[in-house]
Amino acid sequence: MRVRLCVGRIIEVVLFELEDVTYSRGGKVVLREVRARLPVGASSVLGPSGSGKSTLLRLLNRLADPDSGRVVYEGRDVREYDPLALRREVSLVPQLPALIDGTVHDNVAYAPRLAGRSFNARTCLELAGLDPAFEDRDAAKLSVGEQQRVMLARALALEPRVLLLDEPTSALDQAARDAVEGTLRRLRARTAISLVVVTHDIAQARRLSDFVVRIDAGRVVAQGAAAELLAEPVESALATAEDAT
Amino acid sequence: MTLLAASSIHVTIGEVAAALALVAVAAIASRSWHAGLEEDIGIAVVRSLIQLTAIGYVITLIFDQDSFLLVLALLAVMVVFGAFTARQRAKGVPDSFWPLLGSLAVAASATLGLVVALGIFDPTPRYLVPVGGMVIGNAMTAAAVALNRLGEDVHDQSRRIEATLALGATSSQAVTPLVRRSLRSGMITLVDSTKTTGLIFFPGTMVGMLLAGANPVDAVRLQLILLYVLLGAVSIAALMAITLARRNFFTTAHQLREPPEP
Repeated sequence: MRVRLCVGRIIEVVLFELEDVTYSRGGKVVLREVRARLPVGASSVLGPSGSGKSTLLRLLNRLADPDSGRVVYEGRDVREYDPLALRREVSLVPQLPALIDGTVHDNVAYAPRLAGRSFNARTCLELAGLDPAFEDRDAAKLSVGEQQRVMLARALALEPRVLLLDEPTSALDQAARDAVEGTLRRLRARTAISLVVVTHDIAQARRLSDFVVRIDAGRVVAQGAAAELLAEPVESALATAEDAT
Repeated sequence: MTLLAASSIHVTIGEVAAALALVAVAAIASRSWHAGLEEDIGIAVVRSLIQLTAIGYVITLIFDQDSFLLVLALLAVMVVFGAFTARQRAKGVPDSFWPLLGSLAVAASATLGLVVALGIFDPTPRYLVPVGGMVIGNAMTAAAVALNRLGEDVHDQSRRIEATLALGATSSQAVTPLVRRSLRSGMITLVDSTKTTGLIFFPGTMVGMLLAGANPVDAVRLQLILLYVLLGAVSIAALMAITLARRNFFTTAHQLREPPEP
């Protein structure tokens, strides 16, 4: 694990580092020479639609590999890990619910059964902000907000060290969004799981994270402590990033 | 095998030409309803005439030579053409030719080998050529339908597949529900027609034997053997095509080669 010392600040333990990462899709460059770090704790990858932030998230647990550059997790290139073991340790919850057919229990049990691990479905549901009584309900008949929390519960069933959350509230109304955000804050308080949240919402990044990587058109335009980076007006932050480059 | 009596009928070119009247009915129906199939019907008629006439002469040659190697060569050519043809229907599957070729080859050799080993048919051109043609033709259709369905499902459900990969599922585990549906799609047509055979339609072999003057009981028995052989061939072809082709959607690191749009 790489430790970064910040003069006059707290010690920052680096979880992920992206070193000159370039990724293309269908001939179009989605990420261009990205250099970024994500520390232990709660981080956000912030940017507008189409900026490449979801793609960046997928590189962190090897759902895709960069064309060039490398992604480092706890000091090792992610390509040195067994991809299945890495994904069980660094679990990704996609933007839209994509549950398997069956009950909520079937969904929560899916990943630990594949991994041959024990699990407690009720505890996972509770951690994800769902009533354990949901366990026997048909997953397809839940609301989108409830399904999104089942997605979270089934990722938690693996007891991951890192949760990657792709726009976890983008498909939800405000009440459901507040509920999911509350769930994530309680999760941080009750567990040692690190979170990496992809969002286009500056206010959400401020609410959920300690560290922010701002990305635009496939390039990192700023990164740093959320309290500092997001306290500034947007124009100022972008100007600072441009000066830096 | 003694079911086939030495009976034969003679069909003249004039009788074949007369049957074209029914093709005219199809063409008129297509034109009247603007179905746009007239050209395809014309191509189908010409191709069937050329292909079947050519294969008729080839089979005559093979029967005259009575050579096992010539039979194998003909079946191999059928398997290769079958794989090329099926590939057109399995466009959603990357590099589908090799899985199709492998599945047709195994389905044909396994089922023909088994019926010969069980003593159902003699290993002579008279049995191996027509039965092999039926086996390969049905296996081709089943494999093509199964892969076509698999390609569509993988595309439509790429988000769900990637969501399960993200939880540490292998690529095989991630497509297991799709494999079931694709296998079912590949087999269901023959299973359904086997269920209704004799009630709603008479299968081709039986009709051919009856027209040729064979004993109806013998015709039925031979048809039953062929239906059971085809069921085995179709299931082997569909299952093997799916098993071989499903890997082509993924990298060795269990990543979708064509991930869902962000």
